[in-house]
Amino acid sequence: MKQLGGVCITGGRLVLPGEVRHGSVRLAQGRIAAVGDVAAEPGDQIIDARGALIAPALIDLGVFAVDRGAFHFGGIARAALMPDQSPPLDHPSSVNFTAKRGKPDLWVHPLAAATKGLAGTDLAEFALMQEAGARGIATGRHWIADSGVMLRVLQYAAMLDLPVIAHAEDGFLAGRAVATAGEIATRLGLASAPAQAEVLAIARDLVLAEMTGARLHFRQVTTRAGLALVRQAKARGIGVTAGVTPAHFMLSDLAVHGFRSFARLSPPLRSEDDRQAVREAIADGTIDVIASGHDPQAMEEKRLPFAEAAPGMAGAQTLLPLVLSLVRDGLISLERAFDLMAAAPARILRVDAGVLEAGREADVALIAPDCPWIVESSSLNGMAGNTPFDRKPVQGRCIRLFKGGVEPAS
Amino acid sequence: MALALMSQSPQSRWAGGYPPGRQAFPHRDLLAIGQLQRHEILYLLDEAEQWIALNRQAAKRAEALAGLTIINAFFENSTRTLLSFEIAGKRLGADVVNMHATQSSVKKGETLIDTAVTLNAMQADAIVIRHASSGAVALIADKVACPVLNAGDGSHEHPTQGLLDALALRHALRQRGEAGDDFTGLTVTICGDILHSRVARSGMLCLQALGASVRVCAPPALLPHGVEAMGAAVFCDFDAALAGTDVVMMLRLQSERMSGQYIPSEREYRHLYGLTEARLARAAPDAIVMHPGPMNRGVEIDSAVADLADRSIITRQVEMGVAVRMACLDILTRRARGVPGWAPEPLDAGNALA
Repeated sequence: MKQLGGVCITGGRLVLPGEVRHGSVRLAQGRIAAVGDVAAEPGDQIIDARGALIAPALIDLGVFAVDRGAFHFGGIARAALMPDQSPPLDHPSSVNFTAKRGKPDLWVHPLAAATKGLAGTDLAEFALMQEAGARGIATGRHWIADSGVMLRVLQYAAMLDLPVIAHAEDGFLAGRAVATAGEIATRLGLASAPAQAEVLAIARDLVLAEMTGARLHFRQVTTRAGLALVRQAKARGIGVTAGVTPAHFMLSDLAVHGFRSFARLSPPLRSEDDRQAVREAIADGTIDVIASGHDPQAMEEKRLPFAEAAPGMAGAQTLLPLVLSLVRDGLISLERAFDLMAAAPARILRVDAGVLEAGREADVALIAPDCPWIVESSSLNGMAGNTPFDRKPVQGRCIRLFKGGVEPAS
Repeated sequence: MALALMSQSPQSRWAGGYPPGRQAFPHRDLLAIGQLQRHEILYLLDEAEQWIALNRQAAKRAEALAGLTIINAFFENSTRTLLSFEIAGKRLGADVVNMHATQSSVKKGETLIDTAVTLNAMQADAIVIRHASSGAVALIADKVACPVLNAGDGSHEHPTQGLLDALALRHALRQRGEAGDDFTGLTVTICGDILHSRVARSGMLCLQALGASVRVCAPPALLPHGVEAMGAAVFCDFDAALAGTDVVMMLRLQSERMSGQYIPSEREYRHLYGLTEARLARAAPDAIVMHPGPMNRGVEIDSAVADLADRSIITRQVEMGVAVRMACLDILTRRARGVPGWAPEPLDAGNALA
């Protein structure tokens, strides 16, 4: 669906890199035509923002399902899809199909499997998948145990200038663990692994990234020690970025109490000290990206004994309000919130969006940042309601969304 | 008066009694010792005493639960716990039915919740559940309308085992003229596979609630992270743990729950953690020996120790198990049976709202 007439959104607060100021934005021919003190042109559809935020639509880096309803509710116009699909995204044809799946009102950027069948042994065809539309290479839900394979993944990705999205968890140390070692796991009798499983994986991959010069992105860094390694690596100039999901800055392993399987996540929820470390790392810039980790699971996958339940949470619907809670807490500025949720993912994926700037794709969200609502697991938009934030009152909601200058049909 | 109250520790506040004005056991289910107050544990133990006497008679039958149906749903193999619950239910006059997961629709892919709903639809008056996954029993309890008793869920809890251990210990101590109502001043060492053991968790919580100091002892790989936060003193050196201990509770290695190798060999394990006569001599004189069974003689415990006539209370633990389970079944079904004080009082005609 191409944008026909121009759209002028006026009277809002523009979220720009480094500042938030009153102004307008004009969208034409699928692109942002002008930002700032712009006037509508004859024939434009004029939308009065009434003081709402005019922000770049969110770009969700690392989701597990194409869940249009959830993404549009959450103000997300683009989602980078993890290769953990059935079958895995390890072939140019499946990548090509996936890249077109969401169009026109949702753009899905496939992250290609690093190894065939995500088995961690044989390299997949990166270059062919890149031509088919892959925006990055991902190790999937698990790490690549063989350091030699991981080295070659990073070498190839560096040659093709593709980012490698890694899952940081030493699979041998993690074993069958479903919780982080600590008092809660011990009291509940849950199989647990030390949080250091993440630190070990980060340390190894940083060494390999430095050797190869690859662009390495850890989708989730959730421990104080892991974040310290990333901070040091950035200071040394290694091309590493780090992400996290709201679960790890909102919740600690206390949320697992009562065997709540909606709080069964991968990596598992950490200690309160690690949660605080994640918040510090968001504030000091060690964490570049906050993504939803959107992983809708049907009830039959979650209403099971804790260890048997599938890991993952539906997160696209709650990403925006939970990140805005960091703004209200004084941890980050409003413009930085949108760097975390839109601009930084755009830089990593090399997509021409994520910032309100003339010439970029017209992916724009109109957001009421203080609008209160209550997260309801039973009535969440999207495929499933497996959220650990059930019954939580939140603030902030996307009121209108434009993808390429066009509003998705609801 | 105020001073006298303040000088009492919170634990001894209701020593020998229960808080006035409260129901003695206000729970529908028995899922974990961790959910019980000290006075509730004492109430269960006191109630079990009457069944010990009954169980020692020739005719061991009460009719308290006559007409009630109890389902023992065991999703994990068990011999002694299942038998103990079955005998407990039958001695109280209930109709007891056993369901083994190996023979059930669980093998046909039915979900646990569907199984729970099915059991519920059969109008059971109590369901006893064992499951290999921590938290599974609580999940079922949430879906059924009748009382649920946890007969062991994964590595989480095994509350009736914790209670029977406390009852067996109290009896042994009383026989020696040593015990009051609780275990204040007593040191108990639990040694073995603490990591995988629900018996250790329930035992630790139960004994500590009754005033004992608990030591846990295991090689580091078999100690759960942060177990000291549960109040136990942690040891890896068994000889050090034994020094001055009044009670030694040995646990077996739960190889069925282990993924990977946790100890180099049974031979080495026995060398470091086997309870031999020589080792037992390091404990307090006349220290009591306990084991929840099944025992691996010659691994964690030597036959000579397991069979010590007046110090090993291993068979008494089994005996107390039946009494404790009778008490639990009795108390949890009181509301359904309309026992006064447990069921809502019927409104008298004069007081009924018009």
